[in-house]
This record gives sequence, C-alpha cells and structure tokens, in this order.
Amino acid sequence: MPSRDRIFARIRHNLGRGPVKEDAANLLRARIEGHVPHTIPKRTDISHKEQVDLFQVKAEALDATVTRISNMEDVPEALRDYLTAHNLPSRIKMAPDPALDTLPFDKTPMLEILRGAAAPEDEVSLTPAFSGIAETGTLCLASGPETPSTLNFLPENHVVVIKASQISGTMEESWARLRKKFGAGNLPRTINFISGPSRTGDIEQTLIMGAHGPRRVHILIVDDGPQD
Amino acid sequence: MQVTSRRFKEGAHDALHDKNIQEAFSKVKSGFPLARAKSASELPEFEGLRDEARDLKNHILENLDYYLEYFEEQVQLQGGRVHWCSSYAEAREVVLHICRDANAKTVTKGKSMITEEMGLNDYLSEHGIEPIETDLGEYIIQLADEHPSHIIAPALHKTKDQVTELFHANHAKYGLNERLTDPQALVNEARSVLRDKYVAADVGITGANFLIAETGSTVIVTNEGNGDLTQSLPKTHIAVSSIEKVVPTLEDAGLFLRLLARSATGQEMSVYTTFSTGPKRMEDIDGPANFHVVLVDSGRSDLLGSDKQDLLRCLKCGACMNHCPVYQAVGGHTYGWVYPGPIGAALNPHMVGLEEARHLPNASTFCGRCEEVCPVRIPLPKIMRHWREQAFETQVTPKPERWGIGVWAYFAKRPKLYRLMTRISARTLKLMAGKKGVIRKLPLMKGWSSVRDFPAPEGATFMDQWKKQQREGK
Amino acid sequence: MSASSEKKNVALFVTCLVDLNRPSVGFAAIKLLEAAGCTIMVPETQTCCGQIAYNSGDKESAKTIAKAVIRAFEGFDYVVAPSGSCAGMIRHHYKELFEGDDTMMVAVEALSSRTYELTSFLHDVCGYKSEDVRMDTTLTYHDSCSSLREMKVRDQPRALLDGVDGLELKEAEDREACCGFGGTFCLKYSEISSAMVDTKIDNLLASGADTLAAGDLGCLMNIAGRLKRRGSDMKVLHVAEILAGMGDRPGLGEGDS
Repeated sequence: MPSRDRIFARIRHNLGRGPVKEDAANLLRARIEGHVPHTIPKRTDISHKEQVDLFQVKAEALDATVTRISNMEDVPEALRDYLTAHNLPSRIKMAPDPALDTLPFDKTPMLEILRGAAAPEDEVSLTPAFSGIAETGTLCLASGPETPSTLNFLPENHVVVIKASQISGTMEESWARLRKKFGAGNLPRTINFISGPSRTGDIEQTLIMGAHGPRRVHILIVDDGPQD
Repeated sequence: MQVTSRRFKEGAHDALHDKNIQEAFSKVKSGFPLARAKSASELPEFEGLRDEARDLKNHILENLDYYLEYFEEQVQLQGGRVHWCSSYAEAREVVLHICRDANAKTVTKGKSMITEEMGLNDYLSEHGIEPIETDLGEYIIQLADEHPSHIIAPALHKTKDQVTELFHANHAKYGLNERLTDPQALVNEARSVLRDKYVAADVGITGANFLIAETGSTVIVTNEGNGDLTQSLPKTHIAVSSIEKVVPTLEDAGLFLRLLARSATGQEMSVYTTFSTGPKRMEDIDGPANFHVVLVDSGRSDLLGSDKQDLLRCLKCGACMNHCPVYQAVGGHTYGWVYPGPIGAALNPHMVGLEEARHLPNASTFCGRCEEVCPVRIPLPKIMRHWREQAFETQVTPKPERWGIGVWAYFAKRPKLYRLMTRISARTLKLMAGKKGVIRKLPLMKGWSSVRDFPAPEGATFMDQWKKQQREGK
Repeated sequence: MSASSEKKNVALFVTCLVDLNRPSVGFAAIKLLEAAGCTIMVPETQTCCGQIAYNSGDKESAKTIAKAVIRAFEGFDYVVAPSGSCAGMIRHHYKELFEGDDTMMVAVEALSSRTYELTSFLHDVCGYKSEDVRMDTTLTYHDSCSSLREMKVRDQPRALLDGVDGLELKEAEDREACCGFGGTFCLKYSEISSAMVDTKIDNLLASGADTLAAGDLGCLMNIAGRLKRRGSDMKVLHVAEILAGMGDRPGLGEGDS
C-alpha cells in the first residue's frame, strides 16, 4: 500500500471512522471558506490614528526605528537622512515597484539607486510593505515580481516604506487585504511578517542583533490619511 | 539518532557534575519563564486564547485526514509537490531523491525537529550531500557533532568559550583565524561564513511550524532569518513536516501565533513569520523554482484515539522544558532522544519504546508547571502517569519498585495491620533517632538518606494519640 | 459565614505522613477547625489516599485504597486534609481512577466536591481569621505544587499567617518551584531531587527568614532533611502548627529540647 493510503487508513482507523462523510465535509469546507477569526485582543480596538501610533510604539519596542513623513515625495530625503545618520552606504537596492519608481530621487543625487532582487553585496534595501499590524508592530511584506523577498533578508539594512493607510489592527486584517488582492485561497509565493531586526540568543542566551537577516530595520510611515 | 534514554540516571549524574551544563541550564529559569510571564500578563486574552487553541487543535485532530487532503490539494494547485512518508526511512529517501534530482552538492537547513528525528543530516552526508545547518545554535552543535539540548535553543548547553574554540577550529579554512571571544563578533563571523553557504546551496530544507490547508502554505517562525535565506535562495525548497502541523485557515494560524512566541521566548511575535506557498511564480525574480512538502507520520497517527492523543497538540514552543525543574537540573541531552523535558518525557516512550525510555515519565515530581504553561494545555503529567501505568501493567517497572509499592498497598488496604505497621515504624524510627531529631542513615531508603537526613517521628502515631485522647475524654 | 450557628461536620483526613511522622500537625488542624466552628471526626479506617500507588502506575491498588477512603468518609459535610497533595488526590484524581465507572462516580463526586486543603478550607469556607496567636519570627512560605496548582492555594495561608502577631513574611525567589520531593521521585532519582531541593533551599535561605512553613509535610520533610544535612538551623514547621499557636515546638528534624 502506498504510504499516503497507509497514513490515511491509520488516521481513520484510530479515529474510529471511515473518510469524513459528505455532510461533515461540507461543514469543514465551509469552516475553511468562512475565515472566521478567533478572539481578537482588545488592544487594537482603537481609532486608526491610534493604531498607527501603536504600530510605531510596538515596532520601536522591537528595535526597529521609525520616521514619520507626510507624503511619498519625502521618501528619498528621509532615506538619505537615515543612511547619513547611521553612516551607511548610499548604494541602495530598491524593489522594482512602480510606486517607488516615481519617487523624486533627483532630490538626492548622492543616493545610488539600483533595482532588482537582492545580491550578496547589497548592503541597503528599500522595499514597500504590503500592510502593517498595529497589535505587534509587525510589517507584512508580500513577494511578487515587483517585490522580491530576498530584499527583506540579504542586505544588512532594510528600509521599508509603509503608508499609514496600510496599517490596521491585526494580522487578521492583513489576511483580509491579501484575500482582496490575490483572491481567497491564494497567496503570493512568500508572505513575510517581520517584527523588528534579526536577532539570536543562541550564545549563552545573550541577545545579539543581526544574526542572518538585517541588523537594522527602518520604517518610513507615510501619513497619507485614513485606512484604505 | 541514537537513543540513549536508558542511561537517564547516569546521564543525570554526569550532567549534575558538569559545571558548564549546570551554569547553562540554571540560566534557563531566570530567562524564558520571566519573559513568558511578562508577555502573558500584557495580553489579557492570553488564558482564553489558550483554551481556544486547545479546542482548535482537538478539532483539527478529529478531522486530520480531511485537512491533510485539503492541504495537499492546495499545494498541488499552487504548483508544489506533496510526499507522504510513513517512516523516517522513507522520508530520508524522499529528501535524498529530491536533492539528487536537483544535482545538489550542498543543502542549507533551517531548524527542524522532524529532521532531527529522521537523522537526516547523517543520512545526507553518507550519501555525498553536505547538509549545512544555518540556525546559529544548530550550526554550533553541527560543528561540535552534537544534538540539540533544547528544541528552540539547540546549543543552550554550549558556553561562549566552547563556541570560540569551535569557530576557531572550523573557520580557519575560510581564512578566518582570529580567536573571537565577543558574542557579537562570533555571530558576525558565523553570519559571514553562512552567507556564502546560502548562495552556494542547491537545495534549502526547512521544517514547518504550521501547514495551512486553506492556501497550501508552509509556515516557519524564526528570529534569525536563516530559514528565509535557506528557502529563498536555492532553486529547490523542501519543507519537511510531521502530519499534525496542519491548521485549517490563516485565521487559525493567527490564533496559534499569538501563543507561540509568547510561550517560547516571551516575544509577542518572533521576528520572522513566513508563509511559503508553492514555487516562485512565473514573473517572480527570486524564490525557489521547486517546492516540495515532505509529510512524515512515523508514529503520529498511532497516537490518535489513544490516551496520549493530546500530545499531538504540541506547538513545539519549549515552554514545558523552560519551566521544568528536572530539565533545568539535568539539561537536555540526558533525556536521550530528540525531545527533552516534559514533552520528551511524555512523547519519547511512544517514539522510541517504553522499555528504552522508561525513566523519562518516571523522572518527574508531577509538579505540574509544564501543564500550567503549555499554550495548548497538554496534560503532560497525566500522560506521564499513563506511561507509568503501562509500565506497571507490562512489568517494565523494575521488580524492587513493584515490590515496594505492593507492600505499601498491602498494608494501606488493611487498616488494622496498617495501624500496627505504622505504630512499629514510628517507634523504631524514633528510637533510631534518639535525641538527635534526625536519622542520618536509612538502610531501606538509601535514596532518601544518601542526600538528606530523615526528620524523626514524634514516637506515637497520630491515630494512637487521638484514640488515647478520646478514651480519656480529652 | 464564619462560626455560623450550625456547626460544620468535618472529617479529618490525617494523611499518612502526619499520622506517622508529625501527629502534632493533625492536632493543630483539629484545634484550628474547632476554633473555626467545626465538629471534628477522625474516621478510624483511614490509611492513606492511594497517591503513592497511583503515581507509581499501580492503578488497581490505588482504586482499592480509594474505595476504602470513599467508604470511610461518607456522610460528612466536609473532608479536610492538612495537605494539598492528599486533598488534590481525592478531589481531582479519584475521578480519573474511576473514569467510566458510573456507579462509583456518584460516590466519588460526592466526596471530591467536599474535600479541601486545610488553609483554604479555613479561609474560604469558614472565613476563619487568626486571633491571639503570636510567633516572633521572620517566615518564608513554600508553596507546595499540589496546593498551588491542583488546589489553587496561594493567598489563603498567607492571609492566615498575616493575622499572627510578631510574624513577618519574607517571600523567597522562585517560590512556585518544586522542592524536589515528588513522593517516590526523591527516592528513585535522589541525585536530581537533591539538586532541586538545594536550589529551593538556596532561595529560602536567601530570603533571610528564620522559619520555613508550608502546607504539605512531604515537602517539609524533604526540605528539612536536606537543611539538616547541610547544617542549617532554619526552623521548619507545618503552617497549621504556627496558626494553632504551636510555633514554639521543635521544628522538623530538631531534637527534643
């Protein structure tokens, strides 16, 4: 008997039944398609403005840094200021996202902007976020032709642009956004929930930053108004 | 891996006399538990979420076949392949086969307990493929040719000095000759060495914290980002998972995610929670071209419907061992197989046999701290007790122990004889103590008197004194 | 409901360790229960709760012993034990012993729901408060695992001790950690047990208290025995002894004065 059959036979035998009957299967399918959330922590039950503030507080508590800017046009200068302040290289690998392409990088001629997936020599990446989760200060990044996920991990410094309108309370709201964009049951190849910079406690339980992923995560929140 | 659970007592003795192990594991009690307590207290819904998580896992287990089939279908729809494996041997072969198809010379690995169970690294090495562990802790113990001593902090037993020596001995071949002692410098060096490995690897192997039926995704949760580099840079991504990791929906994963990191390290979320679905899409400019999910049963399905089914709820967070005073005293390796601590004490007898792992469920005071912190409320002491019952019934329990219990029970069932026995015992012990108040040597209870004095009884039993008082009208 | 007009009819479950090793704890319990307005009976056919057999895997013996306990303690309003461990066995584990046995279950439920650990019974059920008791000492309290986790006893003994004049409570670090007793565990795995009790003792001593109290004699004998072996003179008493004004008697492991 092939292993697949053997495993299913054992599961059913030990559960004392045959395959799930049609009625029950319909209920289970409906459960999957219903996307019913479990208890949602009350901490996100606040106004959108407060959620954006909470997102910032939580992200900073995770050792990410945050700068608030008032519109997308300010991204190049905010990026430059961040890199200068931390004495970081000005060569940037940027996600080939049309939304970032339109940014006025002519205002910051010292920044060298390259587009594409990450290569081992890249030290700074700039990517858009898909959404943000106020509950935990977590960024949600979705892979795609315009948002290669290696940019989230290979460079030591990861700068993420997120609009305030992309921030909502919970992970569940990010699922809803993803389903809206990609269709229920479909996800891009990689969804990265990122909560601060990389770290490890594997040497004598001492916390060390920058284990394999970025040492620094800097978030530019664009205050574009209310939630989408 | 080789099972050494039979040596539990000897291993415990060695561990208790090993300064490094004592220092490392005594640190556990101040670190993880305090962090967990803090983050739990900051989420008022925490206890309720634990109930929901327990109930959801039970629902999943009752419908495991349905959700697994649904998951399989979705993986295939997304262009991935699912491989079903009854045994470790089969799973090892499947992984090797995929690696060979990819012409793999080296494979990078994210942390995965199921591949520890399978003994995958040795198997791949024997067949000419070099596995490289990328989680820093796993990397350290791979260099040391050891096994994890903790399920989320595998190199917990290693001191910084030992890491210094390991890196010094193993990194010279990369032209790195400095003897580093600063933890940050050690991490940096490992980072740079492993960088090249990620890029060079032909296959990346990860485990899975969850499998999402709804979307056919596999989920990994890490703090280092090694798992992500492991699975996004090579051409082929293999996710190896045991079958009970499936959850129905993304929302269901959300419930467990609110508990997992809090229970493990006290974080609200681990740094990286990654959902991987199928291979890279046509237009994607990075990501693996091939996606395989290797599903391993190897004993899981046999737990269904048994008095130990609750074990299948385990999220592998490590909270039980973080809070276990026995684990803190003897460390992880003493348990002699992949899973240490209370979850190992309850699970390993099933996986490696009760005779082999007899000590594990016995070496517990039933203090109950593990159950108290388990995010999915696995009744670990109860399951350990079931093993003790099974050991007693099948004569696995050693004869002297059975005899001792038998004698005690014989008297306990016969109140009059019992009174006589306790009367004599109380007097004898009192006589042995004399005026000292303690007895220093108890020939029949060496386990007691080898390390403690025995506080002497008052002389007359309570029952005798009480009856006397009653007779004398108080 | 303290000292209500109708006296509570309480059966004392003495426990095997108190019976054999420290009867004064039993008398202290009786004194306290009487002061709290209860009428006390001590059923004569009691031996032990069966936990040793149960935890050793000998379920059949445990059942036989449990049946005897159930018979011996029929018909009382309450059953009280100066031990969270024995009370926990009766209250929670008897049900597991007779799972599926509907006839036994009725009797089991009747007993288990009426069974209490001493300090929680005094505090929660009787509304008892310590009065006119004095003990000039600094004291640290060890939470036994069964009391704490099975019987949810944590604040009750402390509230009662708070009413003892001259007594100052000094909490130890990691006070919810097990002392390493664990019934036969301390005999079978004595090396591990001794490491655990040493950790416990280090914390107890670091509290700076002169006296240690707890609600379970198993833990107390383990800790006192190790304290004596280490040459410490920390005084060890059952909480009932202190509350009953018997704190001046020799502690566990102390010779006749």
